[in-house]
Amino acid sequence: MIDILTEYNVLGAFVETLKYTVLAAIGSLVIGTLVAVMRVSPIGVLRGLGTFYVTTIRNTPLTLLMVLSILGLAFIVGLQLSEDFNANTFRWAVVMLSVYHAAFVAEALRSGVNTVPTGQAEAARSIGLTFGQSLREVILPQAFRGAIAPLGSTLIALTKNTTVAQVIGGSEAAGLLSTIVENEGSSYGAFLIIALGFVILTLPTGIAFTHLSERLAVRR
Amino acid sequence: MSIDPESMSDSVIDPHLMVRYVPAMGEPLVVMSKVNKHFGDLHVLRDIDLEVGRGEVVILIGPSGSGKSTLCRTINRLETFESGSISIDGKPLPEEGKELAQLRADVGMVFQSFNLFAHKTILENVTLGPIKVRRQSKAEADKRARELLERVGVQAQASKYPAQLSGGQQQRVAIARSLAMSPKVMLFDEPTSALDPEMINEVLDVMVELARSGMTMIVVTHEMGFARKAANRVVFMSDGQIVEQAPPQEFFTTPKTDRAKDFLSKILTH
Ligand SMILES: Nc1ncnc2c1ncn2[C@@H]1O[C@H](COP(=O)(O)OP(=O)(O)O)[C@@H](O)[C@H]1O
Ligand SMILES: [Mg+2]
Repeated sequence: MIDILTEYNVLGAFVETLKYTVLAAIGSLVIGTLVAVMRVSPIGVLRGLGTFYVTTIRNTPLTLLMVLSILGLAFIVGLQLSEDFNANTFRWAVVMLSVYHAAFVAEALRSGVNTVPTGQAEAARSIGLTFGQSLREVILPQAFRGAIAPLGSTLIALTKNTTVAQVIGGSEAAGLLSTIVENEGSSYGAFLIIALGFVILTLPTGIAFTHLSERLAVRR
Repeated sequence: MSIDPESMSDSVIDPHLMVRYVPAMGEPLVVMSKVNKHFGDLHVLRDIDLEVGRGEVVILIGPSGSGKSTLCRTINRLETFESGSISIDGKPLPEEGKELAQLRADVGMVFQSFNLFAHKTILENVTLGPIKVRRQSKAEADKRARELLERVGVQAQASKYPAQLSGGQQQRVAIARSLAMSPKVMLFDEPTSALDPEMINEVLDVMVELARSGMTMIVVTHEMGFARKAANRVVFMSDGQIVEQAPPQEFFTTPKTDRAKDFLSKILTH
């Protein structure tokens, strides 16, 4: 086990995992918020599009999305996100992780919106706020607070799902694991180290989000 | 303040208020004509005709389910309606969008369940509209908000959150929040029904003061003390229709229709 730690850049691989996680978390939060807004908008077409996004993306395996990005979009359609091979892989993986987890963020936010009593929106409209202002000033801030727990679960799932980037050659923790297995044969040690690494990454996330959801809960 | 029943017919203004307020010339402030609304098969508003003059205080009264809340809510279009028209200060209600938001800013609304913004402080609750809708500076909005909070007697709570206040205090903040928009008319939908009995008067006192200051008000309430003290007219609704209207004294002592008599006998014996 010690050999693995000295001979391979385990820390570096987890730093890579962390980079995927942070960037895709931001990406999925942005896309997911947009989709959630579409799903609660008064415009039927937008609502339909939002629902379509969530159902299709949620029901498509992430692996498939990954492969689609590299095979379909990058090579066949020629949509390269970078000249550099590794950077292109990295960026596509981040995009697909974002797109995929955005569906879950949208659902988490929608459950958060459902924790906001209708009276809040009515009061917002009755003082003359437009639909957009009501969302920004009243509904979304409360929805985010009501959605902290499910958003935390999504972030933990995202952290673990970064391993899927490996199928297109991402050099994160799971990529390193397959390299080690290739070179050394399978060993419990390698699996344990990588698994432990993920626990170290996700455990604090879980604790932090539980704490946050209690601290920021909207008192009614 | 004396209410002369003779002057109360139709949309004539309380003479006492005319001293300080420009009397309505021509159009009354709120005009509903032939308004109809359904919830599915239920005909909740039937050919509603109602005019409310500037500075007038109108009480909406009637059995539960008769459409009082719905009537109030159509006035600022929290509810849509199918036919008829509503205009405020001579302007017909816009269908939606920015114009509707603008109109709503001119129509204050106080809800039974207060509906203060739960994630904002009391001060922020009052300044949100002025800053976002009226484009006031934060300093200007803060100053006016503190004046209004003082007027309704909750200035000491400015930095607390709604859940930390009693129901009576929350409702007074809700009134201040509406007032901060300098509305032309204020709608109250059973503002004291969710309150513990000992808090009802602190809210009614604020409303009486508001009525005396000349605010145009449409109030759904069964508080007869308030009606007697502050109202110019009582409008009695039943089954989605306006059945009878009269000055408070007259309505409570000599109701004309059987439905009003029946209703009053029920609430008076309780
Ligand atoms: N959103 C709604 N959907 C369906 N029916 C409703 C809705 N709101 C109110 N109603 C019905 O419309 C009728 C009038 O309701 P409302 O205006 O709240 O009466 P009131 O305020 O006089 O008690 C009631 O029968 C009520 O059940
Ligand atoms: Mg009601």
